[in-house]
Amino acid sequence: MKITVDTDLCEVHGDCVVAAPDIFDIGEDDDVVQILNAEPGEEYRAAIVQATKMCPVAAIKIEG
Amino acid sequence: MQNVVVVGGGLAGFRFVQSLRDAGYDGAVTVVSEEEHLPYDRPPLSKQLLAGTFTEEQCALPGEAAEVEWKLGRRAERLDRDLRVVVLDDGSEVAYDGLLIATGRRARRWDGALPSVGVHTLRDLADTAAFRADIGADARVVIIGAGFIGCEVAATLRKEGVDVTIVDVAAHPMPVMGPEIGARAARIHEAEGVRFRLGKGVAAIEGDDRVTGVRLEDGELLEASVVLVAVGSLPNSEWFTDAGLAMDRGVVICDETCAVLDANGAVVPEVFAAGDIAAWPHRHAEGAACIEHWSNARDMADLAARNLLLAVEERTALASVPTFWSDQYNVKIKSAGFLRAVDTWTIVEEDADKPSLLAEGHRNGELVGAVAFNMNRSIIGYQRSLANVKVGT
Repeated sequence: MKITVDTDLCEVHGDCVVAAPDIFDIGEDDDVVQILNAEPGEEYRAAIVQATKMCPVAAIKIEG
Repeated sequence: MQNVVVVGGGLAGFRFVQSLRDAGYDGAVTVVSEEEHLPYDRPPLSKQLLAGTFTEEQCALPGEAAEVEWKLGRRAERLDRDLRVVVLDDGSEVAYDGLLIATGRRARRWDGALPSVGVHTLRDLADTAAFRADIGADARVVIIGAGFIGCEVAATLRKEGVDVTIVDVAAHPMPVMGPEIGARAARIHEAEGVRFRLGKGVAAIEGDDRVTGVRLEDGELLEASVVLVAVGSLPNSEWFTDAGLAMDRGVVICDETCAVLDANGAVVPEVFAAGDIAAWPHRHAEGAACIEHWSNARDMADLAARNLLLAVEERTALASVPTFWSDQYNVKIKSAGFLRAVDTWTIVEEDADKPSLLAEGHRNGELVGAVAFNMNRSIIGYQRSLANVKVGT
């Protein structure tokens, strides 16, 4: 599975960091979220799906 | 479960349908919505849509709500729980075996005489378009109400150089965040050129045809070519007030699974509610809390759909932390927790130049909420720690 974030949409709400802290992070001054692991294992799928549902701007895409 | 009916076509209704389909429900779904549009996202209305950086189409909620019978432009008039039907404004009836109440709220209008042109509220797409169209060159805008809508609209208009004055009886803008944060927010707006009249009541909105100004109770006249009334909202609950449900300040009371309660306090297992038409038992609230945040509609709708498909004893409790965000100028405001419960605010960290701040809200010494300006990482810690506060009493 491959994770991408549309940085034009991202408003650093941080809900993805709450849902999937091993995959996403934000710094205090960041304008967009950081992807810590863009090709995570299947064990993270449930948390990442939750992150996509939580995101207020639907910026996260899962491929595969 | 064969016939699920959703009354209300906003975020809660849309997310509920998505969650139902995700959970494998393959029966009929009917969504009744008074608005002519398919569900759209409201946060951009006071910001990107008003600024013109988003089109109306870009406000559409992302994703699909598959195989829905949309009854748009139709208002629910009555709920008959004995017959399990919703009666619509054209006299037709929609039968349900599962129901979501998600009619949300509408803008509170000015209670008094009004000029016929130039006075607006802002809650939906049509409101935003009408308000935008009214702001011509040299517009003088007076915003009545220094809450989040009023402050966001002020920020959007000041970026274009529009003359903006905000008036409110409260002593600080966005008073739910307390006086310390409110004072700082006022300074940020004043530095951008917004004039405030705080602690001031409005006596009248003046003008015969087009609005000419806002008369304060102390006699001052604020000249205006456009007035935005942003003084809160009212629940769209008239259609079910005689349905024998438990109500509080015009909204329906749910249990922790988002199923509604009847007037005797018993759970109604086939009727759920979500969003800002509903109240649920937050531990830090006096009784049930109606939380008018985007994230609350998202979380209640998602859980309500999954619970509707389960037997009562298998249903799970809401684990939603109230959160909101607001974008004003270069400041991203975020909150976590139930801020209305706070009795003492403490500024934990601050950089006035940036600007950034982090504040904690306590009640009787217990942390119940936090607010951050431009501290996007720090607020996440509070979301996590406050998530461990169980719902219910």
